[in-house]
Amino acid sequence: MPTYTLTVNGQAHTVEAEPDMPLLWVLRDLIGLTGTKYACGSAYCGACAVHVNGSAQRSCVAAISALDGADVTTIEGLSEDGTHPLQLAWNEVNVPQCGFCQAGQIMHAAAWMKDNPNPTAEEVDQNQSSNLCRCGTYQRIREAILLAAEKGA
Amino acid sequence: MYGLEIAGVIQPADGSTQEPLTVLNVSRRRFLKQTALGAGSVFVLGVFSGCRADNLAAWPDRAEPMGSLEDAGFRPNVFVGLNDAGDVFIVCSRSEMGQGIRSSVPAIIADEMGADWDRCHILQATGHPRFGNQNTDGSRSIRNHFDDWRRAGATAREMLLAAAAQQWETDTESCSMGVHEVTHADGRTLGFGELAVTAATLSAPNAPTFRPRSEWRYIGTDIDGRDNKAFVTGSATFGIDVQVEGMRHAAIMRSPVFGGKVASVDDTAARAVPGVLDVVRLNDHSMPPAFQALGGVAVIAENTWAAFKGRDALQVTWERSPHQDWSTEAQRAAMDAAVQAAGTPVRNEGDVEAAAGQQVVEATYHVAMLPHASMEPPTATAWVRPDGTCEVWAPSQAPQTARGSVAGALGVDPEAVTVHVTFLGGGFGRKSKPDYCIEAALLSKAVGAPVKVTWSREDDLRHDYYHPPSAQYMRAALGEDGKPLSWLHRSSFPPIGSTFANGVSGPGAGDLRSGVSNMPYVIPNVRVETSEAFAHQRIGWLRSVYNIHHGFSVNAFVAELAHAAGADARDYLLDLIGPDRELNDLFPRPPVLDTARLKGVIRRAADEAGWGRTLPEGHGMGIAGHFSFSSYVAHVVDASVEDGAIKVHRVDCAVDCGTAVNLDRIRSQMEGATVFGLTIALKDGIEAVDGRVTTGNFDTYRLLSLAETPDTHVHIMDSELPSGGVGEPGVPPLAPALAGAILQATGRPVRSLPIRLA
Ligand code: FES
Ligand code: FES
Repeated sequence: MPTYTLTVNGQAHTVEAEPDMPLLWVLRDLIGLTGTKYACGSAYCGACAVHVNGSAQRSCVAAISALDGADVTTIEGLSEDGTHPLQLAWNEVNVPQCGFCQAGQIMHAAAWMKDNPNPTAEEVDQNQSSNLCRCGTYQRIREAILLAAEKGA
Repeated sequence: MYGLEIAGVIQPADGSTQEPLTVLNVSRRRFLKQTALGAGSVFVLGVFSGCRADNLAAWPDRAEPMGSLEDAGFRPNVFVGLNDAGDVFIVCSRSEMGQGIRSSVPAIIADEMGADWDRCHILQATGHPRFGNQNTDGSRSIRNHFDDWRRAGATAREMLLAAAAQQWETDTESCSMGVHEVTHADGRTLGFGELAVTAATLSAPNAPTFRPRSEWRYIGTDIDGRDNKAFVTGSATFGIDVQVEGMRHAAIMRSPVFGGKVASVDDTAARAVPGVLDVVRLNDHSMPPAFQALGGVAVIAENTWAAFKGRDALQVTWERSPHQDWSTEAQRAAMDAAVQAAGTPVRNEGDVEAAAGQQVVEATYHVAMLPHASMEPPTATAWVRPDGTCEVWAPSQAPQTARGSVAGALGVDPEAVTVHVTFLGGGFGRKSKPDYCIEAALLSKAVGAPVKVTWSREDDLRHDYYHPPSAQYMRAALGEDGKPLSWLHRSSFPPIGSTFANGVSGPGAGDLRSGVSNMPYVIPNVRVETSEAFAHQRIGWLRSVYNIHHGFSVNAFVAELAHAAGADARDYLLDLIGPDRELNDLFPRPPVLDTARLKGVIRRAADEAGWGRTLPEGHGMGIAGHFSFSSYVAHVVDASVEDGAIKVHRVDCAVDCGTAVNLDRIRSQMEGATVFGLTIALKDGIEAVDGRVTTGNFDTYRLLSLAETPDTHVHIMDSELPSGGVGEPGVPPLAPALAGAILQATGRPVRSLPIRLA
């Protein structure tokens, strides 16, 4: 089996994996970082969103063979202690219900907000609608993103 | 990470035995006599041993380090512990799936106990009868167990007061409960930690008194989400996240047609997939399916990806199933035919045939077969050890059911099975059924190692316990005043009973109680009938169950009648509900529908929405109210149809759930139920042809998106009546309120969910 080297949350990891193994399973099953979730495996829901070299990617469809040397950030590495403005806003607005989709929601939002730190509500709708939440926390996600923006995400 | 492990001798709660308990593995500290609460209480004696550091399915409790329960010297019952440092341990025995029960239950206990919320640590119970009912289903946690938890806290409070009195050598009247401390009349205080040792020597009171509402600090407020931090940092352990040393991963190929048995297996290609370790054939299930594992062929691998790939590489042929020709279209046609003919009456007052009015309105309503589609698919990890004991880690709504079912499948005593409950990445009723836990246990036994079974999204959508598809025929004759003189309602759907018994050929009388045979309208001639329908899949309960299709048809039909009568939809609905009264004749057992409360939420939602105001061009407003799970919910929906596309602009939701425990989670459940209801109304149903479900992922079962989510305003009625359910009752009125809005906007009735505008 080929080996690949990745930096995940600032730490170097060398993994042995089949070339087609998605980053999602590399993170979850090989490295043991389970904050990144599986929910569809086909790029439909965003539960598996991580940052690869700074931009959001759906890790369930990102084959490891294309990621050798990549710099990956997962929810566990978004902030040292859960104090990224989005994490704080999520807590303040009590966004999570079951919580399962929320890592992907936050990682996705953190990525696009780098280019648009002060979105309007419409821009939140446009940018965040690709991430699904079966519990229906959308209204609070919208509110939390706007709150984080106000406080400087 | 910490978990809760229970060991020791369990005594019945009848007070018959009061000996000190044997404690198996507690290595240090005092061990004190435990006393039962009063007879008839749900509490039984239990002894906590230490938290095991290797219990990976356990709960992170905020980010702070947490003491071991070994140190909790004072344990008046299985739900409460206190150590001499003043740390309070509260055991949550209900499963957390987004409803916030791990905040609400501890808040109730803390309030009664007098504990400081910030000094409480929440532990999650394993599945065991000593915790009373753990079936987190039917929106029952608060409505059935509020007083049990108050009693747990009140017991601790009275014992702490007695301990203080003993330490001060005074009477309890001189002692009062402060926050995490007892205060003497002379101003002295003793903190909880200083009282733990003495309290642990005392007997528990038989009938502790509850504190007055005026002393509640947490109940009835926005209680903070205990687990938010774990969710937003990725540290929360869901079922799919469980990792056990030496664990293997499994994916299962199940019969694409329900009831198909394996005919042949060629696993050559599957075994050639790198990382695949083994292929295991599971026994075919028998009929009725109940909670059995579905059977099929499992691929055991080093990781999930290899298991999925191996499973896809299996060549399996299946015997012909009796459901081979099932299709959603044919099933719908069969139910349509059934409701056009007379069915079996379950309610009959007056004579619906003889009541000839000015105008007859008839309609046939359909709701598609629906999946649960929790974001976390079914998954479980099990470890059957050589000594026959089994540990299961699972996102389970019903851990005692899981425990019993796993024990049954393994042929061991339930005491040999421990079910650890993880966070649930959504449940909605799916995770009450333990079939996936059984799969993991059988596979672990087969391979002699811990096994995690992960369902793919396709597995989930194609092998669910589905909400039944339905057809309903309704007919009313309107009098000169526009009010109905007669009301005929026939309902056809394969009921849940078909999952648990063979030969079920349609809904029974009990299945029509959820809003059909006990609809609350004043109409002189009423006839309600059940009509034939057969199941071709496992049918199960989905968030609000039959209230989904019954709340829809009944409310949507009333909106159609109002429209036909040229009346205001709200006024017409309120008028039909009629005078204030409790419908004792239609509700032989509690909870009994109180029409004043139903009208109360309808009026409130209407008022808050500005009912009757001039709407923008193309908009309509619809209204619906429904009673379920002891709660009353009304929705008002403001929607428009532009170029064939439905847009929902605003939703007002009023809820009367009696005494409100956690305002924030009541609001969030109503917001979530609104999205759930809109998904049912606007997105997809399960589709099947040639016996197979063709719906497979979120491309064919689409979920409502953020951009499609309307501004939702939740209004909670003030009430001191007993608490009702919150998780489910917000779903039923949404779709008919939307139907009413579309009817008003376009003049066209909506009779099918999901809605497909021609
Ligand atoms: S799991 Fe990757 S997008 Fe759904
Ligand atoms: S919070 Fe449950 S899926 Fe989003």
